[in-house]
Amino acid sequence: MIERIEALRAQGQDAVAAASTSEALEELRVRYLGRKAELPQMLRGVAQLPPDERGAVGRAANQARQALEALIDARAGELGAGELETQLREDTVDVTLPGAPVQPVGRMHVLTATQRLLEDIFLGLGFTVLEGPEVESVHYNFDALNHTPTHPARARTDTFYIERPQGPQPGSPEELVLRTHTSPMQIRAMEAHPPPLYVVIPGRVYRPDSDATHTPQFHQVEGLAVDEDITLADLKGTLLAFARATFGETREVRLRPHFFPFTEPSVEVDVSCFHCEGKGFLRDGTRCYLCKGEGWLEVLGAGEVDPNVYAYVPTTDHNAPGYDPEKVRGFAWGLGVERAAMLMYGVPDLRLLYANDLRFLEQFG
Amino acid sequence: MRVPLTWLREYCDPALDVHGIEERLTMTGTKVEAIHHHGVHELEHFVVGHVLRAERHPDADRLTVCEVDLGAARPEGPATIVCGAPNVAAGQDVAVARPGSVMPDGTKLKKAKLRGVASEGMILAEDELAIGSDHNGIMVLGELLPNAQLTRGGALAEVLPIATEVLELEVTPNRPDCLGVYGVARELHAATGASLTPAPWNEDPGSGGPLEGAEAEVRVECPELCPRFTARVFHDVTIAPSPPWLKARLMAAGQRPINNVVDITNYAMLLSGQPLHAFDLARIAGRRLVVRRAHDGEQVQTLDGQTRTLDAEMIVIEDGEGPTSIAGLMGGARSEVQPDTSSVLMEVATWHGPAIHRASWALGLRSEASSRFEKGLQPEQCLHAQAIATRLMIELCGASVMPGTIDIGGEGPPPLSLPLRESRVQDILGVPIPRVRQAEILNSLDFATAEVPGGLDVSVPPLRRSDVTREADLIEEVARIDGLEKLPATLPKRRNAYGLLTPTQRLRRRAIDALVGRGCYEAVGWTFAAPSIADRLQLPAEDERRRPVVIENPLSEEQSQLRTMLLGSLLDVARHNVAHGEPDLRLFEHGTVFRWKDDKLNEHRSLAVLLCGKLAPSDWKNHSAASDPPAADLFVAKGLLEALADTLRVSDLVFASEPQPFLHPGRSASVSLGATPIGWLGELHPLVAQTWELPGAACFEIDLDRFLAHASRPDYLDLIGYPPLRQDLAVVLPEQVPAAQVLDVVRAAAGKLLADVRVFDVYSGPQVGEGRRSLALSLAFRASDRTLSDEDVTPVRERIIAALGDLGGELRG
Repeated sequence: MIERIEALRAQGQDAVAAASTSEALEELRVRYLGRKAELPQMLRGVAQLPPDERGAVGRAANQARQALEALIDARAGELGAGELETQLREDTVDVTLPGAPVQPVGRMHVLTATQRLLEDIFLGLGFTVLEGPEVESVHYNFDALNHTPTHPARARTDTFYIERPQGPQPGSPEELVLRTHTSPMQIRAMEAHPPPLYVVIPGRVYRPDSDATHTPQFHQVEGLAVDEDITLADLKGTLLAFARATFGETREVRLRPHFFPFTEPSVEVDVSCFHCEGKGFLRDGTRCYLCKGEGWLEVLGAGEVDPNVYAYVPTTDHNAPGYDPEKVRGFAWGLGVERAAMLMYGVPDLRLLYANDLRFLEQFG
Repeated sequence: MRVPLTWLREYCDPALDVHGIEERLTMTGTKVEAIHHHGVHELEHFVVGHVLRAERHPDADRLTVCEVDLGAARPEGPATIVCGAPNVAAGQDVAVARPGSVMPDGTKLKKAKLRGVASEGMILAEDELAIGSDHNGIMVLGELLPNAQLTRGGALAEVLPIATEVLELEVTPNRPDCLGVYGVARELHAATGASLTPAPWNEDPGSGGPLEGAEAEVRVECPELCPRFTARVFHDVTIAPSPPWLKARLMAAGQRPINNVVDITNYAMLLSGQPLHAFDLARIAGRRLVVRRAHDGEQVQTLDGQTRTLDAEMIVIEDGEGPTSIAGLMGGARSEVQPDTSSVLMEVATWHGPAIHRASWALGLRSEASSRFEKGLQPEQCLHAQAIATRLMIELCGASVMPGTIDIGGEGPPPLSLPLRESRVQDILGVPIPRVRQAEILNSLDFATAEVPGGLDVSVPPLRRSDVTREADLIEEVARIDGLEKLPATLPKRRNAYGLLTPTQRLRRRAIDALVGRGCYEAVGWTFAAPSIADRLQLPAEDERRRPVVIENPLSEEQSQLRTMLLGSLLDVARHNVAHGEPDLRLFEHGTVFRWKDDKLNEHRSLAVLLCGKLAPSDWKNHSAASDPPAADLFVAKGLLEALADTLRVSDLVFASEPQPFLHPGRSASVSLGATPIGWLGELHPLVAQTWELPGAACFEIDLDRFLAHASRPDYLDLIGYPPLRQDLAVVLPEQVPAAQVLDVVRAAAGKLLADVRVFDVYSGPQVGEGRRSLALSLAFRASDRTLSDEDVTPVRERIIAALGDLGGELRG
C-alpha cells in the first residue's frame, strides 16, 4: 500500500510539473484528488485495513494528498498569473489616442488670472485685499484725493459722469462718476480701518478713451501702505518684489519723478525690460520692440501719500487714532492689470482682452 | 510742449548730447516723450550760393535757369539750377540745396531735368526749409540777413537755423513754470549742474510807474478773476515779417509765423510761459479797456467769426464799443493788429486758472494761451513777458515804448517761507541727503535757503508758489533732483499687518475655480450696455431692468448705460463665437451690475452662465450618435448651479417655475435662497436666441454676493460610525405636482431620521395613467447613535406614504 501511495505521489508530482495550462492542471486535480481518484479512495478505505496498518497508511496517504494539493495550488497560481499576463497583453490599447476627460477643461480669463497673481504677490508681502464700488462720488474720486477743482481729469472728456434727474449741480462732491481709478478706496480704507494699513484694491475702472491702446474700461490694482515709518525706499522695495515675482528674478525697477495730485513725492515706476534684459537691443543688434529701445517698461504710477490726503480722512470710532500726517506716513501705487497681462503673455492688442474669442480665451488661465 | 534744443541751449548748455539731456530731464521729472528732428538733414549739402545769371527757361515761362556760384563747394565752376520762384535774379545771395540734401519731409534731392534742362539742386524758399511759411519766393539772403557774413559755398547752417532737435516734453500739471523754454532751462540747470544764463526778462527796456500821457485807460471790474492786468504802449511800429531766426524758432516750436508783432507775442509766451495779446491801439474804441464778467447769455463774436454765448463766470474785455475779446481764450477781430498798425497796446494779464479752464471747456476753445492760463500762472510772469516783448518790439518793429506800465493788481503775495527739517527728508525717503546738498538743489531751482537749527528755512520763488506750499513739496524737489535712482530697495516693517483674503474673496475664487473645473470659460465683458438691450430681451415696460444707470457723457449711444444684468454681454460673446465657427459654448462671467433702487444706486456682483450646443466635444470614444455628448438644456444649467452650491455648501437653493421675458416660458425658473430670490434659470426664448443669432442656449444668472453670503462652513458630522439604511419608493402623482414639493413633503413627514432623499427616475405613460407620473425616490435613513433596523424605519416610511397620499399620490406596485 505504502509503495503504491508513494508511486501515486511521484506520478502526480511529475504530471503537475508537466501541466502547462490551468485547464490541464484542473484535470490532474480531478484525476489525483477527485472523489473517484485512487488516493482519496485509499484514505476512505483506511478503516477497513487491519488496525496495525491503519496508522501508517493513513498518514502516508494523507501526506501524499496534502502534498499534491499544495503542489497543484502553487502550480495553478503560477499558470494563472502567466495566463492573465498574456490575456492583458492582448488587451493593449493605443495610449496615444486622445484622452476622454470626465469634464472638458475650462479657463479663467487672463485678466482674472493676472489679477489673482498680483493679489497673491501682495498677500505674500502682507497686504490685505479690499474691494470697493465702481460708481463713486466726486468727493472720493477727486476731492479727497487732493485734485484741484480744475484738475483736467475732472473734465467730462476725461471722466464718465452718471446722469441723475434731480441730481447735484455739476462740480458738487455728491456728483457720481464711474471711478477713474481704484484710488478712492484709499480714502474708504483709511476711513474704515486704523493704521497700520496695508491693503491692495483690485477693480474695474473707467475713462472715456477708446483706441488701440485704451479701452473705456480697464482694471487696476491699487496699493496703500500707511504706517509710522514708511519711506519711499520701502515703496521701491515693495515694487521691486512685485516686478521680480511678475516679470522674472533679474528685474530691476527705477523710480522717475512725476506728478499725481494725491502723492508727494510722486513717481512713475519702470521695470527693466525682460525681453532684452534691459539693454534696449536684442542679440542680433536690432532694437527691442517691447521697450522700444529704452531698456525700461513703464508699468505703474506711485508715490508717498500726500499729507493733504490724510486731512480728508475724518477720525471716527472705526479708524481711531486716525491719520495724523505728522505721525503716519505711507505710500500708494496704481498698477494696470491689462498692461501687466499684456507684458507677461505677449498679448499685442489690448482689445483682444475684451473680444472674448474662444481661440484667445483657451490660451490662458 | 515742444522745446527746440538749440533754443534751450542758449540758456543752459550742458556738455551732453540730446540723449544725455533726455535722460537727465526724464529722470528728474520732465519726461521727454519724443525727440523730433525739425528742419533738414545732411547739412553739408546746404550752402550759400550767388546767382551769377538768371535767364528765362527756353521752354517754360515760369521757370528760370540760373548759374549759381557755389564757391569752394563746387570748385569746378558754377552750378546750373532751375528755379520756379518769380523773384530770383542775378546778383542775389541765395540758399541752395545740392543733390544729396534731405528736406524736412524726408525727401532726398537728386539731380533732375526740368523741361529738358538739368538742374543741380534747388534755390530755397523759407517754407522749404521749414523755417517759415512763406512760399511766394526764394529767400534773398542779403536782405534777410543784412548783418551776416555770406560766403559763396559757405555752410547755410552757419547763417540760418535750418535744423534742430526738438524735445517733446510732458509737463506735469503742477509745473506751469515749465511751460516756457527758460523754465525748462532752469530744470536742466538743476538736473545737470550746467550754468544757467540770467533770465531773458532781467533786462527790461521798458519801465514801471504810471503810463505817460493819456494813451489808454484800463479798468478791472473783477479782480478775483483777473489778479493782474498789465499793458504797455508802443508807437512807430512797422508791421513786417519776422527775421528768419524768430520764424525758425516758432516753426520748430510748432507755431506759424504771422507778422513781427504777433510773432513777438508768441515768442515771448514760448520763452516765459506767459501769454500776451497785442491790440492795435488805434482800433481800441475810446482807448479804454474794461475787464468784467460777462452777462449771462451775452453773445460775443470771436476772431474765428463764430458767435459765442457767455455766462457770468466768463470774463470779457470790452472797449468803448463793447466786448473785443474773451479773456484768456480768444481775441476779437475789431482790435486785431493789422498791416497798417502803427501803435500797439501790449496786454499781459493773469487770469484765474479755474475760470479759464471752465470757459475753455464750456466754449470748446482751446489754445496755447488758454492751456497755460488754466494751469494757473503767477502775476510776476506778466512783467517777464512784457520785458521780453518790449525788447523785441524795439529791435524788430522799430517801435518806441512809452514810459510806464499800466499795472492793475501788481505782484502776488510775498514769498512763502517754509521750514525743511533735515531729518524729515530721511524719514520720507529712507536715506539721508546732507543739508548742504539740500540747499544746493533748492538754490539751483531758484529757492532761497537759510540754515537754521535742524534744517533750512526755504523761501519759495513766485513761479513755484502754487506747487510748493509744504515741507513735503520741498522734499520732493530735493529727492527728484538728487536722484531717485540712488534710493535703496527696502521693505516696510509691517508690524501688526498680515495679508489675507476675506472669506467672501476666497469663496469667489472657489466659485470661479468650480466653474472652470467643470469646463466653463470665463468671459470679461463690457460694463456698458446699449439702451436697445431692453427691447432685445423683450423686457416689459414695467420691468425694473428697464431703469438702468445712465452715463451723462457716453462715448456712444451703444455704450450709454451700465448693465443691469450680465446676460447681455454673455449673449454678445456667444454670438461672436458662434459666428466664428464655435457652436459649442460653456461661458460664464462675474462682474458688477448696476440699478437704481429708490433713488439709491445699487451695485452688486452677479454671476451668469451660458451654455450652448454640446457640452463636450465629440471624441473617438463617443462618436456614434447614440452616445453623443449631451446638449445644453435647463437641467444641465441647473446641475451646474447645484454643483456650485454644493461646492460652496450653499444650502437652501430653491427653484420654482417662473417665467422671464427672455426665457422659454415652459423652461424657466426662479432661483431663491430660502425665500429670497437671487436670480433665474432657464432656456433662452427662441426669439431672443434668434436676435443674437444663436441656435438656443441654457443660462442662469444669480446675485453672487448673496449666494456667497449663504455659503456655510463645514462642521464635522459622524457619517462613518453607523451606516445608513437605504430604501426606494415609487409613487404615482398628478403630473402637475412639482418634484420639489414632493421632496419637501417627504422630508417634512420623515423627520430627523431621513438623511437624504432624491428622485432617481421619472416615468409617465400608459401604465400610470393620463395626467399622472411616477417618481422613483431613493431614501437614506441614518441615526447618529445606532445602526437603524427595518423596524426603526417602518413607521417613518408609513408617515411618508401617508403624506404623499395627501398630495394625491399612491404607491406604485
